[in-house]
Amino acid sequence: MRGKVHPYLPNSVPDVKRSMCETIGISDVDELYEDIPQELRFRGDMNLPDPLPAEPDLRRHVNSILSKNCTCEENISFLGGGCARHYVPAICDEINQRSEFLTAYAGEPYADHGRFQALFEYQSLMAELLDVDVVNVPTYDWAQAAATSLRMAARITGREEVLVSDAVSPDRRWVMENYCTPQLAIVPVAHCSCTGMMDLDDLASKISAKTAAVYFENPSYLGPVETEGDGIAEIAHKAGALSVVGVDPVSLGVIAPPSHYGCDIVCGDIQGLGIHMHFGGGLAGFVGTRDEERFVMEYPSRLFGIARTCVEGEWGFGDVAYSRTSFAQREEGKEFVGTHSALWGITAGVYLALMGPRGMQDLGRTIMQRSQYAMERLSELPGVTAPKFDAPHFKEFVVDFTRTGLTVEEMNKFLLGRGIFGGHDLSRCFPELGQSALYCITEMHSKDEIDVLADALCECISREAK
Amino acid sequence: MAKVRNFHQARWEEPVIFELSQPGERGILVPEAEKAIEERVGDGVSVLPEKMIRREPPALPEISQMRVLKHYLRLSQATLGADFNVDVGQGTCTMKYSPKVNEEFARSPKSVCIHPLQDEQTVQGALEIIHSLDLFLREISGLDRFSLQPGGGSAAALAMASIIRAFHEQSGEGDQRDEIITTIFSHPSDAAVAAVKGFKVVTIHQNEEGLPDIDQLRKSVSERTAGLIITNPEDTGIFNSQIARFTEIVHSVGGLCGYDQANANGLLGITRASEAGFDMCYFNLHKTFSSPHGCGGPACGALGATEELAAFLPVPVVERDVNGDYYLNYDLPNTIGKIRSFHGVFPAILRAYAWIMSLGAEGLRECARLAVLNNNYVLAKVSQIRGATAPYAEGRHRIEQVRYSWEELYHDTGVTTEDIARRMSDYGFHLWQSHHPFIVPQPFTIEPTESYSRDELDEYVAGLARVAREAYDSPDLVKSAPHRSVVHRINEDWFDEPGKWAVTWRAYLKKHGAPGSGGRQ
Repeated sequence: MRGKVHPYLPNSVPDVKRSMCETIGISDVDELYEDIPQELRFRGDMNLPDPLPAEPDLRRHVNSILSKNCTCEENISFLGGGCARHYVPAICDEINQRSEFLTAYAGEPYADHGRFQALFEYQSLMAELLDVDVVNVPTYDWAQAAATSLRMAARITGREEVLVSDAVSPDRRWVMENYCTPQLAIVPVAHCSCTGMMDLDDLASKISAKTAAVYFENPSYLGPVETEGDGIAEIAHKAGALSVVGVDPVSLGVIAPPSHYGCDIVCGDIQGLGIHMHFGGGLAGFVGTRDEERFVMEYPSRLFGIARTCVEGEWGFGDVAYSRTSFAQREEGKEFVGTHSALWGITAGVYLALMGPRGMQDLGRTIMQRSQYAMERLSELPGVTAPKFDAPHFKEFVVDFTRTGLTVEEMNKFLLGRGIFGGHDLSRCFPELGQSALYCITEMHSKDEIDVLADALCECISREAK
Repeated sequence: MAKVRNFHQARWEEPVIFELSQPGERGILVPEAEKAIEERVGDGVSVLPEKMIRREPPALPEISQMRVLKHYLRLSQATLGADFNVDVGQGTCTMKYSPKVNEEFARSPKSVCIHPLQDEQTVQGALEIIHSLDLFLREISGLDRFSLQPGGGSAAALAMASIIRAFHEQSGEGDQRDEIITTIFSHPSDAAVAAVKGFKVVTIHQNEEGLPDIDQLRKSVSERTAGLIITNPEDTGIFNSQIARFTEIVHSVGGLCGYDQANANGLLGITRASEAGFDMCYFNLHKTFSSPHGCGGPACGALGATEELAAFLPVPVVERDVNGDYYLNYDLPNTIGKIRSFHGVFPAILRAYAWIMSLGAEGLRECARLAVLNNNYVLAKVSQIRGATAPYAEGRHRIEQVRYSWEELYHDTGVTTEDIARRMSDYGFHLWQSHHPFIVPQPFTIEPTESYSRDELDEYVAGLARVAREAYDSPDLVKSAPHRSVVHRINEDWFDEPGKWAVTWRAYLKKHGAPGSGGRQ
């Protein structure tokens, strides 16, 4: 590196630097730091590795580290629980890798018309999938979307207690708890140990005139489709509370969207809509509602709207009700808005445009067929209960291995040796389920792969029996 | 004088995607379940009770594949990414070069196809990157431990406010310490997240030099002070040389100090959070550390803390055991829990790691010095433009950005900073009006970063000078801009009236009817 100009640093060319200093009227760049007191200057050396400024060296180095990862393409993965391997159409990556979208940020609608239109279209496509009239520019993830939905409900109702199903992902619940504290009190509502759905008696005993919202997920983290959403909404509405539902949008080609069973605020994650997993970095959240001012004005997020321009027939786009945001009002705005996950929103829009109504229907159907096949295959294994809950399921289900005498940990270790990532171990976060794991089946799992799993589990169990 | 381009933005008059629908067309097909599966389980959907089955499919458009591609490619052309322009006009956003080799890493199957719940032994590469970047950022900040979980700067600020709350609750002063102090030129989110965490926000305004008023700070602190969240330099680009006094004053009453270093581009290797007495800081990896902005995320706000506060960070953090294996540690005794699901935005973390590895310690320092050199070079040039001024700190140098004002130009011509911004897009440039409130009248903020060559900076300044001259010579041309952008002046009434606004296409159709004679056909 010594004496060479780094490719990222054009004005380190000595002559250029000198002439720029002359323009400014200084003899050395360090003079520009005159306002930084000597006692605040860092005198030491940052202990960083020797740099690799030549690109081939950098590639070798970074790729050698990444090569230590074992991927869900090289193995058969049954992991879900808030992030799943769905198919990513080639065009989704083609678009989100475009320099224009990848490197744009916060330009005005005139310089960044395409960014505004693409995100408006994302909102519009999601709105059709959810059957609602308003959807926001994405939040960080489902967890933030759920927390914001609850905060919106609290502001709309003027109440501060929210009832939240206890069959919510522990990871997500952790984010929600931090985000809602201290203004909101989160009261857990039990799920039925038989069906996995919300325990309506428990709900009825906890709901009151203090309740701002009832929150459940569909399907729940444990897999069951909640079929009593209309009943839950009725209980909530009678108490003057809102029904807030977290949903897997991948399911909505075949399963009724929450707005059809009384949901007032719907939220969830778009990672399954054309976005890779990225070790969890592919998550991005949505919030959707009716187009009523009392709802719209409580969103913290950007909402891009369509408009006409001064030229007949021309579409323009811009921020709807910008004055509600923290950009406009700082601490007086609704929660906060900043850099969230816009590029994933554009990507999910591309995905939905490709899939169309029939693609989403076909997708839901294939996933349900394959997951039912997997549940049937696994339930044939000695000592295995699949699914654990007596309910319809979409793509995820709990497999109970307790009666095999094996722990999930032992089972997954065995599977890993066969190139299989077994379902996520629930024994720590849901001890009442015994040795259970959360399995996820998507359109990416062929019958053969499901059979490989069943055979491997069978082998593991019969070894134990000997 | 550098040449100003006779630019014209792509104008495809591209319809809204729903207008492209042709019933029956398909963009992509989905694998069908194998025949043996179908025979065994049937259609799969019938297990649902009737009321839960969606009989009417969602009203998505039906479009063949190439047409979807073309539509989005045209929209991309109607977007002015940093790769295309001299993107110095979005000051505070640090629109630097995002190296393409880092995109290769971020797109590698070894990076995109890993699940966050995989066995630790199968993601050693990812954990190594996260752990190594934590170590790098410790060197850059002087702090002791980083969490890379927050999904953006605001998320990191939220984590900071959460830690401030948890810290005081733990010491039994949670109820008493209910105020967070910030400054008017710090990012709006620094104030907003404090309110989200239930704090009363105390905002320090600037003094005549444009710096936060230290006397006001002295009067504001008390036994109610929970903490300070402050940027430095603030949006003005003036370094607050009394910053260590600020942290002392807040510490003296028992408050904690958080440094918003979202944009630390002018300070890498020059001065650090630790020397200024901060307990926490955060860096935006999508600003200072080159991860691309992606139209507004996904991103990462890397949150650092001192040893004393490290136990409050979000979990898990990545550790290395005695065998050299990396693992996830959930066991932080005072953790605030989680700020984002799973482990944050890995692609942003990976790109920042690679960027630092390319530059090294000396490269980072040179990057900062050039960002400051470029900024002061632009300052010298913009100061010569009629109608433009750089309020505060006259004759002094700035760090990485300057908040300028068109007040004089507005006074002379009636042309506003919004007008100028629109006209700049006619020349292929961004110009951003700056954060609210407009303390500096008719503001604009320029941050040149290290990425642009002198010639490019000259070109941008020439663009500004051209538009300023137009404002004097033919103000209507500027006021009626844009003329060579994708679209013309937008009717903004549609955005604030509930009866008119349409956040989705279906809402548009309900409120305004199908785009018939008045619409594009």
